[in-house]
Amino acid sequence: MNDKLWFVPLVLGLVALAVAHYGGLVMAPTEAMMGEVGRIMYAHVPTAWTGMLMGLVAFVFACGSLATSKDGWDIGTHASVEVATLLCTLLCIQGALWAKPTWGVYWDWDPRLTSTAILVLSFAGVLILRALVHDQGKRRIVTGVTTILAFVNVPITYYSVKWWNTLHQDMSSGSSIADEFKWSLYLGWLAMMLIAVGLVGLRSAGLMARLRREHGETALPKAKQKIELLAEKGGA
Amino acid sequence: MSDKPSDSSSNAGPIFLVGALAVAGTALGVVFFAADEMGESITYFWDPTQVVEAGSAAIGPDIRLGGMVQAGSLTWNESDQVVTMTVTDNENSLSVRCEGAPPQMLREGIGVVVEGTMTEAGTFDCDRLLVKHSNEYKAATEDMTAEERKALYKTVEGYEGL
Repeated sequence: MNDKLWFVPLVLGLVALAVAHYGGLVMAPTEAMMGEVGRIMYAHVPTAWTGMLMGLVAFVFACGSLATSKDGWDIGTHASVEVATLLCTLLCIQGALWAKPTWGVYWDWDPRLTSTAILVLSFAGVLILRALVHDQGKRRIVTGVTTILAFVNVPITYYSVKWWNTLHQDMSSGSSIADEFKWSLYLGWLAMMLIAVGLVGLRSAGLMARLRREHGETALPKAKQKIELLAEKGGA
Repeated sequence: MSDKPSDSSSNAGPIFLVGALAVAGTALGVVFFAADEMGESITYFWDPTQVVEAGSAAIGPDIRLGGMVQAGSLTWNESDQVVTMTVTDNENSLSVRCEGAPPQMLREGIGVVVEGTMTEAGTFDCDRLLVKHSNEYKAATEDMTAEERKALYKTVEGYEGL
């Protein structure tokens, strides 16, 4: 597959994001309780849903990576953990900006906020650990295992508002959101998903190219490999 | 991509997969099944009933109290910068006194989390007031007055009037 094709979801996502935010910031009615600041929802909720799903994608890649020992899965894990880290960091910033005018504080250590902060740190931890291991075989295992362990916090973060007393409101759903708000919100989510997929794809392509270069330096030149392979076949 | 295994450790992948899934599953299972129990000991806030049941044990230490602002109980004394209100969980309620300008969203019927101490007198002295928002997102209605609409544009300004 041509790596450039990953720009397609990225560009589509950016266009959809612009439309969604025009809907959210200009067309949608004001939120009854929060007023204009309620419009941060159109950025925050899609970021949250996409961030959690990217955590799940990273988990699936990590399982595949450990099960198959194939570098492609490992690269996918790396790229999706990076995108999940980015999204969860954005999530905390958007949340803080929203919290100040509504709750009265930028941050508080309630279970939802705390578990999200731990999520950011543990995904970042996976990337730091990964960067310290140079042998690709060991790096694949370190990345896979730590990603699976970091992922445990995704469902905990998601359900934290159900399990414990929190300052953060309960999870949003179709029935808790006014119909006038819905299309901007769901289009915003689709946009974030497309952008995330595009970023994971582009990053994976770049990482794969780098891995091939690294291996190229240590492995035998391709031509010599082929000759050896032919000789082996001939000898058999 | 490499055509050959990088080293012997790459063959150990499935073992690590099983190990990691076992640890992750156990951790998640413990949290899932213990969440209720943990709610008792690791709690972000107490509701009025828990504070009332704790009796004298609740007096003194810094705690968080969470509940709804009871209808008709909210007062704001601008010259003294004091908010008083009754926080309820519909079973028990406690009088709360807070100093300082409250967040703009504070109103009757909304959820609040207050940090502070229970006093001997049975009132809660709060030094930090947080307002909860519900997960209900509703459009502002057409029949709002111009004044009410304008009020929606306020964000971090101090709470004005009731």
